[in-house]
Order: sequence, then structure tokens, then C-alpha cells
Amino acid sequence: MKAIGAGRAAAVGDTVESRAASTRPGRALTRLRRLKWGVVALLIVLVIIASAAFAPWVAPDDPLAVDIRHRLAPPAWMDGGSPRHLLGTDQIGRDLLSRVIYGGRVSLVIGVAAVLISASVGVLLGLGGGYFGSRPDAVIMTLVNVMLSFPFVLLALAVVAVLGPSQPNMIVVLGIAGWPFYTRVVRAETLALREREFVTAGRALGMSHLRIMFGQILPNLASLIVVIATLQVAQVIILESFLSFLGLGVQPPTPAWGNMLGEGRVYMLNSWWIAAFPGLAIFITTLAINLLGNALRDWLDPHMKL
Amino acid sequence: MRRYLARQLVQLVVVVVGISMLSFALLHVVGDPVLLLLPQNAGKEEFERYRKLLGLDQPLPVQYWTFATGAVRGDFGRSWYADTPAFRLVVERMPPTLYLTLAGLCVGLLIALPLGILAALKRHSLLDTLCTMAAVAGQAMPIFWLGIMLIIVFAVQLKLLPASGYGTWRHFIMPAVTLGAFLAPITMRLVRSGVIEVMNREYIKTARAKGVAERMVVIKHAFRNACIPVITVVGLQFGQLLGGAIVTETVFAWPGVATLTVESIRNQDFPVVQCAVVLLAVIIVVVNLLVDVVVGLIDPRIRVGA
Repeated sequence: MKAIGAGRAAAVGDTVESRAASTRPGRALTRLRRLKWGVVALLIVLVIIASAAFAPWVAPDDPLAVDIRHRLAPPAWMDGGSPRHLLGTDQIGRDLLSRVIYGGRVSLVIGVAAVLISASVGVLLGLGGGYFGSRPDAVIMTLVNVMLSFPFVLLALAVVAVLGPSQPNMIVVLGIAGWPFYTRVVRAETLALREREFVTAGRALGMSHLRIMFGQILPNLASLIVVIATLQVAQVIILESFLSFLGLGVQPPTPAWGNMLGEGRVYMLNSWWIAAFPGLAIFITTLAINLLGNALRDWLDPHMKL
Repeated sequence: MRRYLARQLVQLVVVVVGISMLSFALLHVVGDPVLLLLPQNAGKEEFERYRKLLGLDQPLPVQYWTFATGAVRGDFGRSWYADTPAFRLVVERMPPTLYLTLAGLCVGLLIALPLGILAALKRHSLLDTLCTMAAVAGQAMPIFWLGIMLIIVFAVQLKLLPASGYGTWRHFIMPAVTLGAFLAPITMRLVRSGVIEVMNREYIKTARAKGVAERMVVIKHAFRNACIPVITVVGLQFGQLLGGAIVTETVFAWPGVATLTVESIRNQDFPVVQCAVVLLAVIIVVVNLLVDVVVGLIDPRIRVGA
């Protein structure tokens, strides 16, 4: 589990750079080059989503079909590999490629669902805290600080262990993990927007607080929230995989990248591919999502304070 | 300075109390410990007897008070599994975790500091581009997979290093590199942007105008000031670094707190889990406080302005 904070703090670094670079004539060019990466990343993400969604048609084999005679078969290009199993087979002869394709389903569903939860909670609290200030704001920010200073892996581990490792539980736990990142950024932006003329004007016109918050301030934060949410999907996928890797997440035989990696670890002495390919799938997915998030940020607003 | 410290101390207490409540709630609100302890076919009286024995028939605030007052004295109850005090079990496993964290911190900084500074001084060079790409890839890397791939290559295939365990300096290499690879990308980006920002400041121009050698400008003027955000960020990352250490431990069977916690979760040994969570939280909060103090000492503006 990669720190969820990592993505955010690195993004802070980028802003400074893009702000400093904004006076350079080469900037337009750099921006275009970055967007090219974004397009590549978008394509990869689409391919991953499509192959997960249409897994029954894409996968060459049933991910649960046991074939003991061909157990631990190496990938096709190695000695003893067969073209029937492109990435080889696992300890009970299931086709690894099919399992990797199916495994994407769990990760993507949990990743997106958890992000929806944490974005809703985080944005609400950030808007409220930033807009109203004073006591509620202080309480919310203390909570944010508690959550951010603590390694969430540990708490997620414990909570999942008590609740039991089911997919809905994982979504809730990981969804609760992520909200402080939205809250912190949304609150800071709301604090600044609150003082702007259009808010004062709205208030003078007699708009209600709710209407100002959701009708005037929130639309200004949309691109910011989209970028954080995109980057967070990658973090949630890593966290989910880690829990499944420890056997505390998605349970076998349901194929998930994390639990495949965990099962493969036992066999890494002779059959490295069982652990290697699911991990590679996680890596490619999170990398593509991160690149997409960075490109989105550059495209929506290169000066975004993120 | 005194008021600044007082405020930080108050926050420390709030965070620790918050975490202790969370970890208490974990066991007593979310689940029923007696259900976990007793076999499923135990009779109703049996349940009641145990509930009384463990003090679970008391109202929740009373139970929390007992837990909290015990915890302050280092009494987290006895392990349900090993029948020794939970506190002793956790404290015994603390040193390996701290050594691993320190080793990972060193490796991470050894990679991040030089590369970050060089990339900042030679912006848009090949080195800079390569570093940025490596950092993006590194942030997407699930480190538990990285650890397993290191084991497969260096322990299984090349037989250079021990695959897991603890004892000699050779056991330290792969876990420290894994943890360092977790810390390095984000730290490098922050060092880079910190140095870039500082290099554009007026006092750097002044130093150059005075005729100070470029090397000295970088070392004496730029680096020192770039240190402040770096120390802050590394300090705030400490919690995440411990989170990374948790992941690393489970991959390399490192006999630290994290391995103990995962074992205890598997055994449903909740006093140990609670104790580990609270003690780690205390460590993180204390480190954050120290970082704040150090930054306050380096940078008077923070003391006054905060």
C-alpha cells in the first residue's frame, strides 16, 4: 500500500514547477508532450476497463477451470510452455492470463466504488468546514490530521479483520480511508472562494448558504475533485491488492490481483510467473491511472494547487 | 516558541486519544469479543460469565475509561493467544520495525536528495526527464510486488541475498531498498521543486551578484532553505513510511510489529492489535512533534506565524 498521501504531496511539487515554468516559451510544448502521455494512458486505462468488463469474451479460458495435468506450466515463451497458456498456469493449473483479466474486475469495482464514497464524504466535509469555519471546521481539521498522520494500512487491516473480508466491507473501509485528502484540498479552496465577489454578491442577493455552497462554490472545484479522485483510484487499488495479498481482502477462488500475488508468493521458488504477472497488472494499471490524472490536471488547469 | 509548543502538545494529546478511541471502538463497538473468543456451540451462561469476566457488561464509557487508564500505564490486557501481557509482546517487536524504518529512510534520502538537487539544477535536461519518469513509475509501484520481485531475482535466481528473515546486515539490504523505493519518488520530487523555488528567490540573485561561487550558492544558500519543506514533508511522511514498513515486513517475514499485528489479526488476538495500533500512533505523533520543533528552530517565520 502506497501511502495515499504520496500522490498528493508529489502533485504539490508539480504545481511549483508549472508555476515557475509558466513564463517560459517552451511551456506550451511541454504541455503538449505531457498530454500525449495522457492520451496513451487513457488508451491503456480504456483497454484495461474493457478487458475487465468483457472478460468472458476476452479471456481465453475459464479463470476457475482447474487442470491438474498442466499445473505450474511456465509462460508460452519459456521451455515447457504451451501456446494454450500464454502466461502459464498456477498451482492447480488455472490459466494465468484469464485470471489476470478477470482479476481486474474486482480491483476496478472496489477502486471506483471506494473513491465515490470518499469523494462524497470528503467534499461535503471540506465544503462545510471551509464555508462555515470556526468550531465545526476545527473539529473536521483535527479529524483530518488524525487520519493523515496515521498509516491507514494498519487500521484498515484491523477493521477488515473484525468486520470480515467481504467486498462491500472493503469498499466501505477503503472509502473511509480516502476522505481526508478531498477535505483538506476542498476546504482550503473553499476558504479562498468564500471571500470572492461572486459569493458576496450571491449572499447580497439573498441566496441560501446551501445554494452558495453547491451552486456557486462547488462548480469551481469540479476539476480539482476529478483530478484527486482519478489519482485516488490508483491508491485504492494498491491498498486493496495489499489487503488481498495478505489474505484479508478478496477471498480465493475469486481471482483478484492481490490474492493471486499472495498465492503466487508460496510458489516463487520455482514458478515466479504466478506472482510476477498479477503484480505487473497492478503496476501497469496504477501507472496508467496516475499518468491520466496528471494529464487531466495539466489539461483542466495547469495552475491547479494540488 | 513556548506557545507554539503548547499548541502542538495539545494536538498530540487529541490525536492519541482519537486513535485510542478508534482502536477501542474497533473491538467493542464493531464486534463482540466474546463471540470471537468462545466456540460457537458455547452456552448462554458461558457467554454471560465471560462477558462479566472481561468487564463487557459495563457501559461503554466505563469500559473505555478502564481501557484508557490501563493503556496509559502500559497495560493493554493479556494476549488472548500467548497469555503474556500484550504490551510486552509489542514492545519486544518494536526494535526491528524501527531499524527497518531508519534503514529505509536512509536509502530513500540517499536516492532522493542528490537526484532531486541535480534534477532541479539541470532542469529539462536528460537527467531531469529520467528522474521525473522514474518518480512517476515509482509512485505507481506496489512495493509488496517490488519486494517479491527482488526476492525472485536476488534470492531465488542469483542466490545473492537471503530471501527473508532478520539478523545480519545482508538481511537488511532488500527490505531497506524496498522501503527506500517507496519513500524516494515523492521525496525526490519535493526536493526538486523546493530547490527550484529557492533558486528563483531574491537572495540567490543577491548572492550571485555579490560574486559568490555557484557551488557555494547552491550549498550555503539554496540547499539550506530547501531543507525546510523537505524536513517537514519527510516528517509528515513518517506515518506513511511506517505504513510502508508494515508492508515491507509482511513481504520479508521481518520480525517486527507489523508481522506481529498481522499474525494477531489472523489469530483474532485483539489486545495485541489494539496495543500495536496505539503504540505506533504515539510514535508517529511524537515524531511529527519533533519535526515541528526542528522546523520551528530552523525557520523562525513558522514559530511566529503559526
